[in-house]
This record gives sequence, C-alpha cells and structure tokens, in this order.
Amino acid sequence: MRPIRVLVAKPGLDGHDRGAKVVAAALRDAGMEVIYTGLHQTPEMIATAAIQEDVDVIGLSILSGAHMTLIPRVQDLVRAQGRDDILITGGGIIPKEDVETLERRGIGRLFGPGTPTTELIEYIKEWFATREKQEA
Amino acid sequence: MTKLKSPSSNGAPDNELIATIEEQSAELRLLRKEVAEWRKKYDKGELRDIAFTNSEKELRPIYSPLDAAETSAEALGMPGFYPYTRGVHPTGYRGRLWTMRQFAGFGSARDTNERYKFLLAQGQTGLSVAFDFPTLMGYDSDHPRSEGEVGKCGVAISSLADMETLFDGIPLDEVSTSMTINGPAVILYCFYIAAAEKQGVDSKKLRGTIQNDILKEYMAQHAWVYPIEPALRLIVDCFEWSAEHVPQWNTISISGYHIREAGATAAQELAFTLADGFTYVERGIARGLDVDTFAPRLSFFWDIHNDFFEEIAKLRAARRIWARHMKDRYGAKDPRSLMMRFHSQTAGVTLTAQQPMNNIVRVAYQAMAAALGGTQSLHTNSMDETLALPTEESVQVALRTQQILAYETGVPNVIDPLGGSYYVETLTTELEREAEMLFKQIEEVGGVVRGLETGWLQRKIHESAARQQWEIEQHRRVIVGVNEFVTDGPALEIELLKIAEETEREQGQRMAKMRSTRDSAMVEKRLAALREVAGTSRNLMPYILDCARAYCTLYEIRAAMETVFGAYREPVFF
Repeated sequence: MRPIRVLVAKPGLDGHDRGAKVVAAALRDAGMEVIYTGLHQTPEMIATAAIQEDVDVIGLSILSGAHMTLIPRVQDLVRAQGRDDILITGGGIIPKEDVETLERRGIGRLFGPGTPTTELIEYIKEWFATREKQEA
Repeated sequence: MTKLKSPSSNGAPDNELIATIEEQSAELRLLRKEVAEWRKKYDKGELRDIAFTNSEKELRPIYSPLDAAETSAEALGMPGFYPYTRGVHPTGYRGRLWTMRQFAGFGSARDTNERYKFLLAQGQTGLSVAFDFPTLMGYDSDHPRSEGEVGKCGVAISSLADMETLFDGIPLDEVSTSMTINGPAVILYCFYIAAAEKQGVDSKKLRGTIQNDILKEYMAQHAWVYPIEPALRLIVDCFEWSAEHVPQWNTISISGYHIREAGATAAQELAFTLADGFTYVERGIARGLDVDTFAPRLSFFWDIHNDFFEEIAKLRAARRIWARHMKDRYGAKDPRSLMMRFHSQTAGVTLTAQQPMNNIVRVAYQAMAAALGGTQSLHTNSMDETLALPTEESVQVALRTQQILAYETGVPNVIDPLGGSYYVETLTTELEREAEMLFKQIEEVGGVVRGLETGWLQRKIHESAARQQWEIEQHRRVIVGVNEFVTDGPALEIELLKIAEETEREQGQRMAKMRSTRDSAMVEKRLAALREVAGTSRNLMPYILDCARAYCTLYEIRAAMETVFGAYREPVFF
C-alpha cells in the first residue's frame, strides 16, 4: 500500500502550533508523508496546498474559537475543486456541540485535548483502508 | 584542611576557635558517614519515574546539608538584597501580598468592561487584558483576515474608541493594567495612553505592563508582525521614550510562560527567557542608553507547572541569575536594575479536558508554588479553560483559590519559607548551572536572534514537546484522568461561555461609524508622518501616539510601518 499523504494545517490567526507539530511528527513516524503548512494560513492557502500536493487527508489544528468559520470554508473550497474524496479531520479546543454540527456537515473526526496520537493514527489508517477498498 | 590564622590581636592561637572548627569537622565527617550508610542501605539504584523532576532532571532520594553546602551564603543573601535569591522585597508578603490579577477579555470592549467591573468588585487588585487574535496580530475587526475570530479568544480593540469603552468608568490613575500584546504592542500601549488622556490622566501616573516581548513570539507564541530587527527597534524606542514619559510603566514582560507552554522544560524556560532578557538589555545599551535608565522597568513572566519544588527553585534561580548578569556583565548600578520582578500564571498546558474539576486542585498547587517562589502577581487558571473561555463562576473559583492561599494557609506569613531547604537550595543551584550551560549553547549558535532565524531555539522546544507526548503515551508520565485513573462513562457536563456571533457584526458597525466621524485628513497626515519617520532612526513612539489620538486604527498604524519594515516569515519545520 502506498503511503498516506497528509497536510497538517493551521488556519486563521491562532499561533498555537505545539499540537500541530507533535501530530505532524507522530504521523510521519507512523509512515505517512506529511506536509506542514506553517502558521496563519487562510482557507484558500490550505485548499490550494492540499490539491497541489495531492493529499489524502487534511488535518486542521485550531485553538482560536474560529472553527465554525474556517473549517467549513476549507471544506467548501476543496469540494469546489471536485475533491470530496479528501478526508478533513483535525483537533483543538472545539466544544462538543460544534463538533457534532461539523460532523453532520461531512467533516471527519475532531479530536480534543489529551487524545493519544495513536488514536488519530489508527483513525486515519482505517479511513484510508476503507477508501482504498471502495475504490478497488 | 587549611590552617587558620587566629583573629586575636596578640598573634597567639585562639584555642576556642580551633576547638569549634574541630567540632564542626567532626560533625561533617559523621554526616558524610550517615548519608553514605543511608544510601548504601536504602538507595538501591532502582529508579522509579519519580526519580526525575518534570523536566527530566534526575533526583537523589534524599538531600542533606552536604548538598546544600554547594550553595554559598553569598548566593542566598537576605530578601531584598543582592543576589535576591530569597526575593526582591525585604519584607516579602509580610509587607504586601502579591497582586491577584486575572487575565480576562472576550467579545466586545463593552462585554469585557463589565467583566472588569465584576472582578474589581470581587476583590481583584489589578486588571489584565486578553486581546482577540485579530488584535494580537494587528488586524482591525473589519479586516478580511479577522473573519470568524473577532472577540473569540479575547477582546477586540481596533482603535482608541474601543480602548475608551474598555476602561469606561475605571479611573486609569487608580488601577494597574497589564496588557498581553506583542507584535503590535506599542500601538495598543499608545491607545491606552491616549485613553488615559481622554480621562484627564497624565501618562506619568499610569501603572501597568505591556508584554511587548517579541523574541518569545518568534520562539513560541507566534503573534508577530514585523521582521526581527525592526521589531527590536520598536521595543528599544519604547524603553527610551517611556523612561521619560511613562516612568511607572513596565515596558516589557519578558516571558517564559509561552516558551514553557510550547513544550520547553523548566531549565529551557529559564535559560531561553533570560537570554531574551539579556538580548533586550544589549539592544538598549547598543542604542546608547544607560542601562539604569531602562532596566528597572523590565519585568518577567513565568509559567508555573506541576513539579512543585522545581518551579519554586526555578523562580529563585531566575532572580539570582538576572541579578548577577545585570551587575557583572552589563554594569548596572541601580539595585532596581538587578531585581527581577515577575508575574506568574499557572500552567494552562497542565489542565485537562477530562475530569475538568481536577484542574482546580492542579491550579491550587501551582499557585502555592508561585507564592513560595515569591511572585509579585499571579493569575490562576480556571478549570474550564481547555474547553472554552472561562465562565464567571469558574473564574471566581480560580480567584478564591488565591484568596484561600493568601488568607487561610499561612503560606505568606514568613518570607521565603523554603530558604535553606537542602533540596530546594540544591535544585536552585542546579537549575542555575543548567541555565548557564544553555546560555553557552545559545552563544555557540550565534545568539538568540540567529538561533531564531535558523530555528534552533524553536527546534529545541519542539523536541521537548514531542518527548513529553511520548512519555504520556508510554505511561512514563502520569496525567490523572487522562492516561491513568480514567473514568468511564459520559464526561462531566459543565456550562461553557459562548461568544455571540453578533459581536463581529456589531464591532464592524462600530468601526464603520468611527471611520465616518473621525477627521480623515488628520488620519492621513499622521499616518504619512509615521511612514516617513519609520524610514529614519528617530524614535517612533511620539508618532504612533499621535496616530492613536487621531483615531487611526490598529491596522492602519501597523500597515504604515509595514510599508517600510516588511513582514516576518517563519522558518517552517516539524
């Protein structure tokens, strides 16, 4: 199986990148190909990078409270390019009811503080295996 | 043993003195023997995880006078005297308790103004402004990049008009105000000074702090605007101008907090922060300023993490290192230049989303460490901060935690009560040594600015963060309720603060109104003057203040200087 390609991205003005960098390193150590955008990215920059880099997964890290604006916008931009096969997942300080609203909108799982990296690695691997099976 | 000369005047040996020395060395021999026997019998060299501090420093199972003897009496001194290991005030908390200063800000200036009045009514003794992300980055509330972020993580302040609302009904000559702002710090500072003018308060009467510590932004917190060199110039401009015009103001709060939160160990927090401090001092001196004109207004800010004694030792070591370097390396003579005064905050990163009530206990222990370390002011985190901004109720519990510590526990009753503890003194000295080692490494990579440009400092912090995550996942580090003592079943539901979506729209409307009523010719004139002076080496503060007075907005002022300075680009890696 080819390696899973992941874009780890920091949307908005939030400068907290400890989590994003730790997750990026953990995904890389789990054998994935990881691209990290750096800080202060607009949804447009993230969607463009995801498509140019032909990633399977976009991992959004957001701790600023702007998730209800920024996450749907990334999703819309990616879909507008016909790429609704890309998994959009992520984590941060996101209240439960917002997580539920976003999941209903087709966003993948959103992980909260204290999640072991093994849990999200497993989630991404399972999602990828299921998608590959469907395509086969 | 060296032969001692008798102090007596006739040259005859002083038998009494010799007897005392012999007695003392016999006691020392006995102590060595006892410690050696104890270790032989009980210290089997098996290391449980508790053989390390939170920062991976290996600990002996027991400390004795033999360890503490490595710290000389001169390295301790008395409280209020060089090298200030035991505190900067001769009377400690016997003279005056620490300032209880809860960091707060959300929504509009009006919403936050109400929270401040509530906190002052609850007995809080100082204010601390949390700005939203657009403000922290120098964007107005109606800038496209601010969309979705206005008022979310702090209060939105885009011009003097918002600052006036924020402190409406709060006399600025009676409170001290701390403002956590860095990239555009001097702009918000000028809004504050202009708001005070509107209240009829002279800038010489203003008391407070702006964080204004840009080096740790590049290192850890990442709310930057300009490239490193022009950003440092603005900070030195601020030092120079404030010494004359706002003499009671702390022009910078050199912060370890964010460095630690980003993953650094206690020793890294200590060393990187002090190295930042030395860099600012060197820049001030390079400008031609006398160190004693600006150094007394430099203040610090520390993170108080879980390891109780390590945190206390860190604070004591920080004071000692600062005093020594300021005196020996930078030639400061005013004692106030040697004294490290600091604010502390309990460590946000230690709070857990799981079983959030446990956070009250974590915060209480951390607050006690801050008090035992001699902090000048303290913010205690609220239990719900890993989930959202805190509710009024949880902020009240956090403030009550400080009040219980101050008035019920007896902890503040005696100055530096842990002074002389074999363990704490040893740890203080060891942290000092480790910091000195890290200063050497920083020097080897070319200093702080070079270390930031190459990403060396950021990498060190990231490596520590990655190691801590690994330790937690391997259960080498226990986090109660997260990787051990996990409760099955539904998470405890606690009420969360929600920021109304109307905040952004209403703030946009206020901005539009303000823009249409101000004197736009004056705005243009002041901004043009600022742009022009930005290209010279003149002090920018008076020009920024003139812009603030004319209701130029945050982003307009930021952009005026950006045309000359350019923008910062981070080195991206993981």
